[in-house]
Amino acid sequence: MSLQVMTYVFVGLSFGLYIGIAVWSRSKSTSDFYIAGSHVHPIANGAATAADWMSAASFLSMAGIIAFEGADGARYLMGWTGGYVLLALLLAPYLRKFAKFTVPDFVGDRYYSQTARLVAVVCVIFISFTYVAGQMRGVGIVFSRFLEVEIETGVLVGMAIVFFYAVLGGMKGITYTQVAQYCVLIFAYLVPAIFISIQLTGNPFPMLGLGSTMSDGSGIYLLDRLDGLTTELGMAAFTAGNKSTIDMFFITAALMAGTAGLPHVIVRFFTVPKVRDARISAGYALVFIALLYTTAPAVAAFARINIINSVNEMVYADAPDWFGKWERSGLIAWLDKNADGKVQYRGGNALNPVKPVYAEGVGSSGERSLENQPTNNGNELYIDRDIIVLAHPEIAMLPNWVIALVAAGGLAAALSTAAGLLLVISTAVSHDLMKKTFMPDISERQELLFARLSAAAAVTVAGFFGIYPIGLVAEVVAFAFGLAAASFFPVILLGIFSRRMNKEAAITGMLVGLVFTFSYIVFFKFISPELNNAEHWLLGISPEGIGTLGMLMNFAISAIVCRFTPAPPPDVQKMVENIRIPRQQASI
Amino acid sequence: MPDLDENNSNNYWKANIRLMLMLLSVWFFVSFVCGILIVDYLNQIQFFGYKLGFWFSQQGSIYFFILLIFVYVWRMNSLDRKFGLEEDD
Repeated sequence: MSLQVMTYVFVGLSFGLYIGIAVWSRSKSTSDFYIAGSHVHPIANGAATAADWMSAASFLSMAGIIAFEGADGARYLMGWTGGYVLLALLLAPYLRKFAKFTVPDFVGDRYYSQTARLVAVVCVIFISFTYVAGQMRGVGIVFSRFLEVEIETGVLVGMAIVFFYAVLGGMKGITYTQVAQYCVLIFAYLVPAIFISIQLTGNPFPMLGLGSTMSDGSGIYLLDRLDGLTTELGMAAFTAGNKSTIDMFFITAALMAGTAGLPHVIVRFFTVPKVRDARISAGYALVFIALLYTTAPAVAAFARINIINSVNEMVYADAPDWFGKWERSGLIAWLDKNADGKVQYRGGNALNPVKPVYAEGVGSSGERSLENQPTNNGNELYIDRDIIVLAHPEIAMLPNWVIALVAAGGLAAALSTAAGLLLVISTAVSHDLMKKTFMPDISERQELLFARLSAAAAVTVAGFFGIYPIGLVAEVVAFAFGLAAASFFPVILLGIFSRRMNKEAAITGMLVGLVFTFSYIVFFKFISPELNNAEHWLLGISPEGIGTLGMLMNFAISAIVCRFTPAPPPDVQKMVENIRIPRQQASI
Repeated sequence: MPDLDENNSNNYWKANIRLMLMLLSVWFFVSFVCGILIVDYLNQIQFFGYKLGFWFSQQGSIYFFILLIFVYVWRMNSLDRKFGLEEDD
């Protein structure tokens, strides 16, 4: 079977599975639709949380980033897993005990204020939309690359699938689909990694292969070989970092607190039956996530070695198929600076500007001509880091079915995250805006209808962003984490751990954290991108890490305002005491 | 006896906070200290096929995170029982 037919088969089968599950698990009540009736087994919730959490960025981009950045990639590895420790110890069990539907529910009730609830709703919608746009784009890219359809068609198919099970099934449908999607995506990630680990080191466990010796008989450790190769070619050594310590620290902290504060992750812990299920469920989720996250650095190192070995000093005319294929898609470019017909892969950017701008026609070896100017180093090759996970199985010459599997896995990762985010958006609209704020008199059936309608509207808007990307998807992701870290994380944490915390402190804290983080990111990313370097950053902290400072400001302001404003009413203080204890109290 | 109840809940909460702070200091140590602040120093030490700092930042910290959550679950469940505050089945 050809690769394309095989890909259609794998993707078709996985989509059939998702639709089947959606039909089987339709939602009948708002409780089903919002939190799956709180009947989800903790292991199932762990798998669903893992799929919910691991997006197109984790599946497709992360290993690529680590492959090219080496040690600096650790900020994603630690940041996106360490957040689960915060979630398990500080938030999940207490929010489960609180037993409502949404994050704005908690903020609104705990701070006895509709204003606080509305601020929270706006944050939820903003954070979730920035995040979901990137997922739909990821769906489109996988479709266009593997099934050779237009990106637009790919996005439309993706929308149709998500529409079907999110609108019909709500949280209940999404949960069980996500469990299936986790299985698909982890299988698709591990299989090629295991193959390649055996090829390079003889060790079938990629996370151990990373620390093993090369199987070529040299007896050299793989990482030492990689450090040797990279420095030899004038690149930064793989295991050495380039980012400043303070920036690494702040970015990692922002990703951790952001992870713990992301509404679509938090809400998953409302779906289990008990407080102790919420605790253990966070543990299962992290085990499932760690399977991919400990494999990613191995995939990254393997890919870097394979790429260097297969393309450096390669005669262009003899280039393998994948090279030409990705060159045609515009993600690889070669400029024959010394006109020897061979690809020299060295340190530094090959092109000026960095990204390739293709001209009409071909060069003397048959490569696509470029309008870019050569830079004055020896590097002739541009490789987009996003192709690593998709291209690596081909680079390592694995069988077609493995490559087709990777396409299905990438789609599972993007669709599962998109669905989780869309549900959070629709819940924020139907529950927090309609039922709790503007139309408190609607019946449960009407609320459920609104929930389905807003899910449908959210899918449409997300698809629109997928087809017409704002061009800044990568930039705006920094927003989602920074804002979650600077707003929700402190406000929920203090709401649980400080009985004295009141609405004045919560609202000023959230606003200060949000406004500061938002303006800092907007300034460096959109208003003056030319100033976006360590010299101009506040304390040397990049926009990626500024959420941590926003969070610290939120904590500080809250503590001060709290001292000078009245304590919360007694019933709210009682509520805080109640959520701290797992046992259901008889009404007092 | 509301006073006794309240006392019990307070002691439970204090025990919880102690456990939490202990686990969070391990969390901070393996990630922020070993993986970031002293990573260059630890990189002088070879740990199997890894430099130790690199191992902490790209593998080890994640294993510790998992361990921390499971220790937390285990300790908290027994605290719940010790103070008689566990959920009914």
